[in-house]
Formats: sequence, structure tokens, C-alpha cells
Amino acid sequence: MKPSLPAFGLSLYVAASFLLVYLFPQSVLVFLLFEASLFLLYYVPASPVAKRYLGAVVLVVLMPTLGVINGYYLEIAIQIGIYVVLALGLNIVVGFVGLLNLGFVAFYAIGAYLWAIFGSTQANQFIPGALFPLSGYWFFGFLLLSVAVGALTGVLLGLPVLRVRGDYLAVVTLGFAEVVRALVNNLDKPINITNGPRGIAPIVKPPLFFEPVLSFFGLQIAEAELYPLYFYFLVLLLVLVAIGATRRLEHSRVGRAWKAIREDEVAAAAMGIPVVRMKLLGFAVGASFASAVGVVFAAKQVFINPESFTFMESIGVLAMVILGGMGSVPGAILGAAGVTILNLQLLKGLSLWLNSLRQSGAELVIPWLGSYSLAQLPVQFEPAKYERMVFGLILIAMMIFRPQGLIPPQKDQRK
Amino acid sequence: MDGIVLGFMYALIALGYTMVYGVLEFINFAHSEIFVLGAFVGVEILLRLEETGQLAMFHPVFVLLLIIFAGMVVSGLAAMGLERVAYRPLQGAPRLVPLISAIGASFFLQDGFRLIESLWRNTFYLSYPTLDVLDETVSLTANLVIPVRSILVVVLALIMLGVLFFFVNRTRIGMAIRAVAQDPETAALMGVPVRGVIALTFLVGGAMGGLAGVLFGLHYSLVNPYSGFVPGIKAFTAAVLGGIGNIPGAMLGGMVLGLLEAFAASYLSIITDGAFGAEYKDVFAFVALIAILILRPRGLLGEKVREGQA
Repeated sequence: MKPSLPAFGLSLYVAASFLLVYLFPQSVLVFLLFEASLFLLYYVPASPVAKRYLGAVVLVVLMPTLGVINGYYLEIAIQIGIYVVLALGLNIVVGFVGLLNLGFVAFYAIGAYLWAIFGSTQANQFIPGALFPLSGYWFFGFLLLSVAVGALTGVLLGLPVLRVRGDYLAVVTLGFAEVVRALVNNLDKPINITNGPRGIAPIVKPPLFFEPVLSFFGLQIAEAELYPLYFYFLVLLLVLVAIGATRRLEHSRVGRAWKAIREDEVAAAAMGIPVVRMKLLGFAVGASFASAVGVVFAAKQVFINPESFTFMESIGVLAMVILGGMGSVPGAILGAAGVTILNLQLLKGLSLWLNSLRQSGAELVIPWLGSYSLAQLPVQFEPAKYERMVFGLILIAMMIFRPQGLIPPQKDQRK
Repeated sequence: MDGIVLGFMYALIALGYTMVYGVLEFINFAHSEIFVLGAFVGVEILLRLEETGQLAMFHPVFVLLLIIFAGMVVSGLAAMGLERVAYRPLQGAPRLVPLISAIGASFFLQDGFRLIESLWRNTFYLSYPTLDVLDETVSLTANLVIPVRSILVVVLALIMLGVLFFFVNRTRIGMAIRAVAQDPETAALMGVPVRGVIALTFLVGGAMGGLAGVLFGLHYSLVNPYSGFVPGIKAFTAAVLGGIGNIPGAMLGGMVLGLLEAFAASYLSIITDGAFGAEYKDVFAFVALIAILILRPRGLLGEKVREGQA
């Protein structure tokens, strides 16, 4: 492997940004520089092998190291990972098959509640014998089970719903998500299945089965620090599996059939593509992604309630897919990372900054217009509270100026 | 009675969805915010009058007419502006594009109202001042007592629906709207100013939404920037139920949905022996929507499905 100049430059950039974060662990801006390195990695013209190695170093070595220094960064990385999987799942449904699903969060909720109910004392309420919570080892079983359950619910929803088309489908999926949320919210009676709006806690975490290995190497990490790292790698694994599965599907017979349906359903049917079966498959695959990542979410949060699964979440994931570019895998990843960073870091950071300005009581002097005391800045003016406004602007602006997204999907070149 | 009030409310909002769908073939997701805007205009005027002590000076009927008129005008104009900014640049784009833009507009407006009200009044949960007239009741028989506010909703809704029906079916402009809904290209060839008609449709649909908003505020008295979402979804359900793009269908759908919901709210717990209470009325409404769409994919009064129509 011959090291190329861009790859070398990129390595320098990664090293420099890493060093900066290491030196200034509290600065949001510096961390953004570090996060940007992954996107540069995608664009820089270097050999795929070099890119792969560099990406692996960033994700497996540097990111966890920073996470140990400042746990908040790791939390953000985990959130991004979760949303990347969700966005990839929705990307299959919306981007590949071309079916607008406005209730995607329902499948996420189903996965999360699947583990929450059986991984806590909740299931004792309706299954006799104090069998629950199940031990943490069941977590992995449920991760697999959730894929099946997600796919099954996807098919069950799809069977009746796919008879309707276009906009009708969007509304029916939205209705479905509202039904799921209403059920979760109200199924604390007559039989207490979901514990209603109070939510379920505590939920069992997966076991630290690798602890003996760590102590063999003389590493003693406290559980409170180990779990974020553990979830980070778990989510990373899930992201990689999701990317791999999506890539494989995209370039398979199935993926081409999906795109054919998206472009022209009647023509696709005329070419002998089993339209309904392919649509159902798309629904099922997307739903299984969401459901699996829901299980991880439940285990990570320890506590879940219906508030986490509102329409807002569905739209958030949709915004990610659209921002990145419908039908594009790197686009979905970029969109998920971008929106999550926007929400968790930029808006919150801006709010904090405004707050500190307000408290400092400094005077803002505008030439010729007089001065304005920053202490008078209204308290309600907090960017973090207005994420919908920002989302809305992003969606409208994207649709008007760049409807194909930031990284539009590449056309299949093979003839 | 609750069911009928709810039904008329849904019918009014559903009209906005259905008219826009008729001419542009897309779901105007931001219509629920136009509805909320109407409610906000109403509450702002009332609060203003109350603060300056003028509320008692005017005759209540005048006040009611004033806020209804203001709500309709502001909402109608806002809907027109929305069309100009967020939808017109997207003409001819694939079908998902304007829909997503509409969702964006809806979110933007929700937080926009919240921001404005927060800066203005330091809170964004507003309640309508009490108007004594509304709290009076009329008793038809010994045990059938109807509050005036319900009568107000029903009467105003009926009048507006009648006016709209006349406007769309009997006037030249109404004919132009129907022509654009059927086939915009041919309509343009026949000399119909399509863009103007589209803007007009937004104006009329928005005004209906604004009226519904003011009535909603007068009836339930509490408004916040997010209170449009659920009625909006329900009204869209109603529009689909009746066959979208179809004006009598929207009215019928609204009534059916309102009655179904009120029915579910009061009888569901009796039927299921207390197992499922009134909190399942939304589930019931959506299940009804899904069921109807499966049985009649084009709604109750919808046209036949043409194959190959995406």
C-alpha cells in the first residue's frame, strides 16, 4: 500500500483535532472539528484501504479515548449511532422503495418495549411466577428476537396498508404510530403490560461478560465508566451491521426491484417484479432495524416511557434521511449525525452561551443605534427549545434548494 | 351533542385539506397550524380588549363577529402566504417534495407561534377570557340542555358550509376551482388563471381553518401552539374518510368521525365492561380510518380508483 498525500494530510488533521479535543475537553467547537474528520474521510480522494484503516482508528481507538476523558462525548456518539441505524432503516422504506412512512418510530417503540417489559419486573404483572427480570444474557437473545418481531409487525402493518398509495399511506402509517403510542400509554389497565405513562424502570443491562478478560490484562475500570464504552461498541457494531446489510441489499436483485418500484410501479409490475412482496420486504427490513436499535436504546436508558416515541421522533428521523439524500447510505449517516449534533450540541451550546451573556449583563453597543443591555434578553429566548423551528426551516430549505439531499445517491453504473 | 360539535369542527378543518388536495394533490400538513393561528388571533384580540377594559363596552355579538372575522382573514392570508413561500417554488417536483416541505412549514409555525407568544406574554399557554353569553344554556326539553357555545359552533359552521357550497358550485370562481381540480392543464388552456385559483383555494381553505380555530378556542377555551396537531390529523382522517378532494365528502367525513369519537368516548367502557375506557377513542378513530381505507380506498364518497394512478 502506497501512502498517498491526501491520506497523509487527513491523518494529520485527525491527529491535530484529536490533540485539540484532548487539550480542551470542554470545548464544543473543537469536538465538532474532530467529528468532521469522519466526513472528510468520505470525501478525500485516497485509497479505500487507507480510508478504512483511518476510519477504524478514529472510531475504535480515538473516539473511546475521548469518551473516557469526557463522558458526554461518548453519549453523543452513542446517540448518533442509534439515529444512524434508525435513519438507515427508514432510508430503505422511503429512499429505496419510495413509500413515505410517517410512523417509523412505532417500530422503534416496539423494540424498546419488548426488552423493557421482559428485562424488568414488569412482565411479572401478567405472567405468573416471579420469573422476571430476565438475566442480562437474554439481552442478546432479545436483540435477535426483536429483528424478527420488528419484521413481523412491519409485514402485519404492511399487509392492509399497502393497498393504499402515496399520501394515504403516509397518513395511515402516522395513524398506526399514534395507535401504538396510545396503546403503550394506556395499557396499564385492565392488565398492566406497559405501566402506562409512568414508564418502565429499571431495565436490565447486558452483562459485562468480557470483564475477566479485562482484569486478566490488569485493567480495572469502574462499571459506571465501562458501560458507556460497552454501549458505544455495541451501537458501533449495530451500525456496521446495518450499513453492511443495506449495502448488500441495495446492490442485490431485491434492491434493484425496490428502486424499480420507486421509479414506476406499473412498469415494475409489468416486468414481473412481485410488487406487493417486495414492498412488504422493504417494510419488514426497515422495521427490523428500528426494532433492534430500540432494544439497545431501552437497555442504555434503563428507563423508558411513551414520551420517547412521539411523532416528533418520526419526523426527526425523516428529516435526517431527507437532509442526507433519500436513497443514499452515506447520506443517511451524514443526516443522522448532522441532526443529532445540531440538537445535542449546537442548539444547547447556543442556549448556554446566551445564558452566560445574559448573566454577564454586558452592554451590546451598536454604533449609531445606541446600546442594549444583554441582561434584558428575554428568558424565553432559548434556541434549544425551538428545535422544531430549526427542523422546519431545514426541511423547507432543503426541498426548495436541494431536494436530492446533501449526498445524493449515485446511479448504478452497471448496465 | 359533543359529537355533533366535534363533527362540525372536523368538517370545517377537513375542508381546508380537501380543497387544497383537490387542486394540488398534496396534503397541506401545515393546515393544522393555520387552524391554530385562527385560535391565537381570537384569543389575542379578546385579551387585548380585556386588558384595556373595553370588553364590557361592546355588545358580545359584535365581539364574537369581530374575532371570527379577524381569525378568518388572518388565517386565510397566512395560508396564501404559505403557499407562495413554501409550495409554489416546488411546482412540478416529485410528490413527496411538497409534502415534506409542508411538514417543515408546520413545525416552523408551531415553534414560531411559541416564540412569539413567549416573547410577548412570557407564556404560550393561553386561555380565552370568559364571555358570559357562551356559558348560558338553552333547554329544549326537561333533560336536554344545550350550552350556547355548542349552538354557536353548529350554527356558524352550517352557515359557512352553506356559503362555501354555494360559492364552489354556483359561482364562476367556484367553477374555476373545480376546473383546476379536475385538470389543471386543460383549465389553463381554457383561460383559467391557475395560479390565482390555487392561491384563492388556499385563502378560502385557510379562512375555514381560521374559523374552526376561533370556534375551537371559544368552545374549549385553552390554546397552545401544539393544540392543532391532533385536530389536524383527525380532520385529515375525516377528509380521507369522505373521499379526499371531495367537498361534501369532507363534511360527511367530519360528522361521521366526530360522532364515532363521541360514541367511543361515552360507550366504549360500557361495551367492554370497563376494560377499555374513553382514552381509546383515538385508537378507535384511527382503526376506523384504516378499516375504511382498506374497504373503500377512495373514501366514502370518493371516485373509483383509476389503475396506475400513483
